[in-house]
Amino acid sequence: MSALAAELQGHEPMAPEPWRILAVRREVADGEVFTWTLEPLSGRAATARPGQFNMLYLFGVGEVAISVSAIEDDGAVVHTIRAVGSVTRAMQGLRTGEVVGVRGPFGTAWPVADAKGRDLVLAAGGIGLAPLRPVVHAVLARRQDFGRVLLCYGARSPRDLIFRDELDEWQVRRELDLRVTVDRGTADWKGDVGVVTQLIDRGGFDGRNALAMVCGPEVMMRFSALSLHRRGVAPERTFVSMERSMRCALGFCGHCQIGPHFVCRDGPVFPYPVMEPAFRVNEL
Amino acid sequence: MRVIAPQAMEKLVHLLSDDGYEVVGPTVREGAIVYDRLGGMDDLPIGRGDDHGQGHYRLRDRGDKALFGYVVGPHSWKKYLFPPRETLVRVLRRDDGGFETAPGEAPPPRRAFIGVRPCELAAIAVQDRVFLGQAVRDRAYGARRDGVFLVAVNCAEPGGTCFCTSMGTGPRAHGGFDLALTEVIDGDGHFLVAEAGSEAGGRLLERLAPREATEAERTAAERVWREAPARMGRSMRGDAREVLARSLEHPRWEETAARCLSCANCTLVCPTCFCAQIEERPDLEGKVSERVRSWDSCFNGEHSYVIGGPHRTTVAARYRQWLTHKLSTWHAQFGSSGCVGCGRCITWCPVGIDITEEVAAIGADTGGSGP
Repeated sequence: MSALAAELQGHEPMAPEPWRILAVRREVADGEVFTWTLEPLSGRAATARPGQFNMLYLFGVGEVAISVSAIEDDGAVVHTIRAVGSVTRAMQGLRTGEVVGVRGPFGTAWPVADAKGRDLVLAAGGIGLAPLRPVVHAVLARRQDFGRVLLCYGARSPRDLIFRDELDEWQVRRELDLRVTVDRGTADWKGDVGVVTQLIDRGGFDGRNALAMVCGPEVMMRFSALSLHRRGVAPERTFVSMERSMRCALGFCGHCQIGPHFVCRDGPVFPYPVMEPAFRVNEL
Repeated sequence: MRVIAPQAMEKLVHLLSDDGYEVVGPTVREGAIVYDRLGGMDDLPIGRGDDHGQGHYRLRDRGDKALFGYVVGPHSWKKYLFPPRETLVRVLRRDDGGFETAPGEAPPPRRAFIGVRPCELAAIAVQDRVFLGQAVRDRAYGARRDGVFLVAVNCAEPGGTCFCTSMGTGPRAHGGFDLALTEVIDGDGHFLVAEAGSEAGGRLLERLAPREATEAERTAAERVWREAPARMGRSMRGDAREVLARSLEHPRWEETAARCLSCANCTLVCPTCFCAQIEERPDLEGKVSERVRSWDSCFNGEHSYVIGGPHRTTVAARYRQWLTHKLSTWHAQFGSSGCVGCGRCITWCPVGIDITEEVAAIGADTGGSGP
């Protein structure tokens, strides 16, 4: 086909752009969770906001929706990926310098600005910490704008904790109240054992003046929201990030629907009252 | 009122063909009316009608020379605008490890659709809102949709599973076409009333040398338009959106799921269903990988699959997703119902599940004033 004909057809929204892997970092011992720092090979990409996601593409294998886990000042984007499916397992083998495809950013963002002047409660379950990490970065960059900041993080076991160095740094800096719990402890684990809702129940924030962001498995988000509301956090100031199958991220493929909502287009970040009816219905 | 003779269809096909259109329309194949290339009016299903019921479809001889004497077949124009399978983009691997992208397919031909039913015009408008009405335009759909020439044919004899009157989409088209025809067979008379809906349609009509209708022809045509709505086999409750929105836990879902085969026939014949999967198809050399879009269905297990398993494991949950999306949540998403009342999902359901009957049954239990 001639270049003119291609031009007349217009931009193909499913065409990935080539990005280079600048750095690969193992987050857990076996490398099942890893973090990529990516930069576009050419041109400038739209800046992602905390909570948004990109479609990451591997030539010949396929595409997956992955939230941004950090946004660098120079336009680089960071993604933290758990190798659980065919595409993410193949991605696990890539090294620094290799080229992957990116489409995005897509979706709604965490309402960081709305938390200014308020206490902020972040509740993360497992890999759900990754989409919340850019919020922590944004808050720490303008710490004085926010009230008390709690990060309640639950993982399966101490081995599954991600962003270990940063967790240690946040603990040391004492600019936020970091609470970590695991489902199953190990001999050398001295921290909490139990579900993340217990960390919320412990309080330490002014619920009536707080804003909360929750990301993790659906059951964890639902019960975290209940704990938050018991502590006085208004449902409309509680936000959750949903996960559904996303093939196009453009509202065309139909897979990510929850009731009237396309998670790719109307989410992934939703105010809790918008998702609450869906949480009540099995298999919606 | 302008009329043309049935034989003018031959000229219409040739004129559009000469103008560079690929002319497609109804033809008989393997016992069904399907849409395919038309070489001339002889390819039309002359004298053929069709009987529709729950899980029932049969062609029959009408005993006349009607060109458009059928209702609708299993195909819809969706197969041209949003084909069952298409390569959206080709990814070309470069020697340095990077890649570039190229168009997936050659530009589609400009097509003329002959015999578009009013419900199908409505279905095209619904898919236009899905693919062209959101923040990002679906390039592939747009490339096929732009420049399509639409020759609508109003319904004189709606079928047993039709309910377009209750959906407000037919049986007569009031816009969205280039040319609309109404076929009238009245005693010995057989003619087509032609209305232009665009400048291009008007110009084409003039080339067909239409004449003014006689008083008798006018009366006969008006009788067709007047009587067709009453020939609908079915009707949909006007409050389907509200009924379904409040019935997500209704026991009927389980009851219907016991009959439903989750075969996806309904979504395949539906002219508005748009779910699609994206498949990665690398060549054997690993140099080119195609991103192929193909029709998917919310009745397939993988449709809702995420790591950990599908969200909708049961047929009841999948049937509920289909029906509530089509008739209820579609309004919030795209500003209209996703159903146009064509009746295909009833006709082509192997166990005869009837979308109008399901809504009526659920509505009867949950109150509200249905028509």
